[in-house]
Amino acid sequence: MERRLLDQQLNLLRDKVLLLGGTTEKALHKAMQSLIERDSNLARRVLEEDEIIDQMELDIDRFCIEILVLHQPAAHDLRLVISVAKITPILERIADHASSIAEAALVINNEPQLKKYIDLSLMSQVAAEMLRCALDAFTSENAVLSREVIQKDNIIDACYKRIFDELIEMMIEDPMTTNSAARLLFVAKHLERIGDYVKDICELNVYLTEAVFIKHSRVF
Amino acid sequence: MKVKISVSNLNFYYGKTQALQDISLDIPEKQVTAFIGPSGCGKSTFLRTLNRMNDIIPYARVEGKVLLDGKDIYAPDTDVVKLRRRVGMIFQKSNPFPKSIFENVAYGIRINRLHKNKTDLGERVEKALRDAALWDEVKDRLHASAFGLSGGQQQRLCIARALAVEPEVILMDEPASALDPIATQSIEELIFELKKNYTIVVVTHNMQQAARISDITAFFMLGKLIEVNPTKKIFTNPDQKLTEDYITGRFG
Repeated sequence: MERRLLDQQLNLLRDKVLLLGGTTEKALHKAMQSLIERDSNLARRVLEEDEIIDQMELDIDRFCIEILVLHQPAAHDLRLVISVAKITPILERIADHASSIAEAALVINNEPQLKKYIDLSLMSQVAAEMLRCALDAFTSENAVLSREVIQKDNIIDACYKRIFDELIEMMIEDPMTTNSAARLLFVAKHLERIGDYVKDICELNVYLTEAVFIKHSRVF
Repeated sequence: MKVKISVSNLNFYYGKTQALQDISLDIPEKQVTAFIGPSGCGKSTFLRTLNRMNDIIPYARVEGKVLLDGKDIYAPDTDVVKLRRRVGMIFQKSNPFPKSIFENVAYGIRINRLHKNKTDLGERVEKALRDAALWDEVKDRLHASAFGLSGGQQQRLCIARALAVEPEVILMDEPASALDPIATQSIEELIFELKKNYTIVVVTHNMQQAARISDITAFFMLGKLIEVNPTKKIFTNPDQKLTEDYITGRFG
C-alpha cells in the first residue's frame, strides 16, 4: 500500500502523462501513415481524435493545480509536478503538429504522388523513436537516456535540410509541383518542430531527475 | 555574507542524555535562518544554546563553541544578562507581563537604563511598537492591560518588548504555532521586515512557513544537524535523502 496520499496522486499523475504521451505517439504514427499510405480516412480520424488529446491536457493541468494546492509538494515531488505541468502542453503541441500533418495529407492525397516519401518516413521514424524514448526516460527518470535523445535531434535537423533542398529543387525544375511540394515541406517542418519539442521534454526529464536546468545551455 | 553566530562542535547534555551531537553551523547576519526537524530532534535546545537560555536547566552541560561576532558566549567572562540583551528570544506562547502595553515594552528599557528621560522612554516604546507593526493598533490604549490584546497582538507585543532593548539577534521558538492564519501572516511579514536590521533564527514545525520566511534552512534529526543549505535549495533539491524524506512527509 502506498504510504502517502500524495504518492497515490503522483502515481496517477504519471499515468495520465504516459496515457497522453501514448495517445500523442499514436496520433503522429497515424498522421504519417495517412500520408505515406494515402489514407484520407485515417487522416480524418487523427483530426477527430485531437479533441481527446486537448481534453487530456486540460485534465492534467487541473490535476497539477489540485496537487500543488492540496499537498504543497517539495523537492522531487515538486519537480515532478512542475515537469508534468510543462511536459503536458508540449505533448499537446506535438499532437497539434500531427493534426497539421493529417490536414496536409488530406490535400496531398488528392494529387498525384510527387515522389516516394522515403526521407519523410525516415524522419518521422526518428521523431517517433525520440518521443518514445523521451517518455521512457520520463517514466524511469533516466537522465542519461534523455541526454542521448537530445543528441538525436541533429538527425532530424539533417533530414529536414535534405528534404528542404530536394523539394526546392523540385519546385524550380517543375513549377507544377509547387503546391504539393510546399505542403510536403510543411510536413517536414512539422516533424522538425516535433524533434525540438521532444528535446524540450528531455530537458525537463533532466530537471526532474537531477534538479538542473539544461535548457538554453550548451552543456548537457 | 557576514557570519553573526558561528557554532562549532557543539554537544549538549541533559544530565547523561546527549541532546545535541557535534553541531557546527554558521548563522549569517541580517538573514532569517530556520531550524526544522521532527519533535525532539534538538532544534529548540540548539536555539536556546545561542543565548545560554539552557543555563537555567539543572544538570545541563554544553561543550563546544558559540561565537557571537567572534567572541565565545560560553567564555567565563561573559555577562549573560548583556548577552541576552544582544540575543533576544520570542517563545511559542506569548508571555506578556501582567502590566500595561506601555509597561511591557518599557520594562526592558528601564532595567537596562537605556533611556535618557521620560520623553526618550516614550519614544523608544513607540519605536519598538512601530517596528513590531503594533503601534497603530495600540496607540490609543497604551495603558490598557496587555492581556486585553489578541493572541497575535500579544505575540507582536513580545516582539516589541524584545526589540526595545536593541538586540542584534532575535531567536524565535515557533512564534506563530499558536496563532490563526491571519495573525501568522502578520508575524511572517514582520519577520521579513525585521531581517533588514536583525539577524533572525526561527524554529518552526511548519515547513511551508520555513519555506516562506527563511533564507537558510537547517534540518535536525536525533540531535544531529543533517543539512544546512539555502532554503530554496532545501525545498527543491536537498542534498541529503533524510532531508528530502522529512520535507516530503515520507518519514517514519
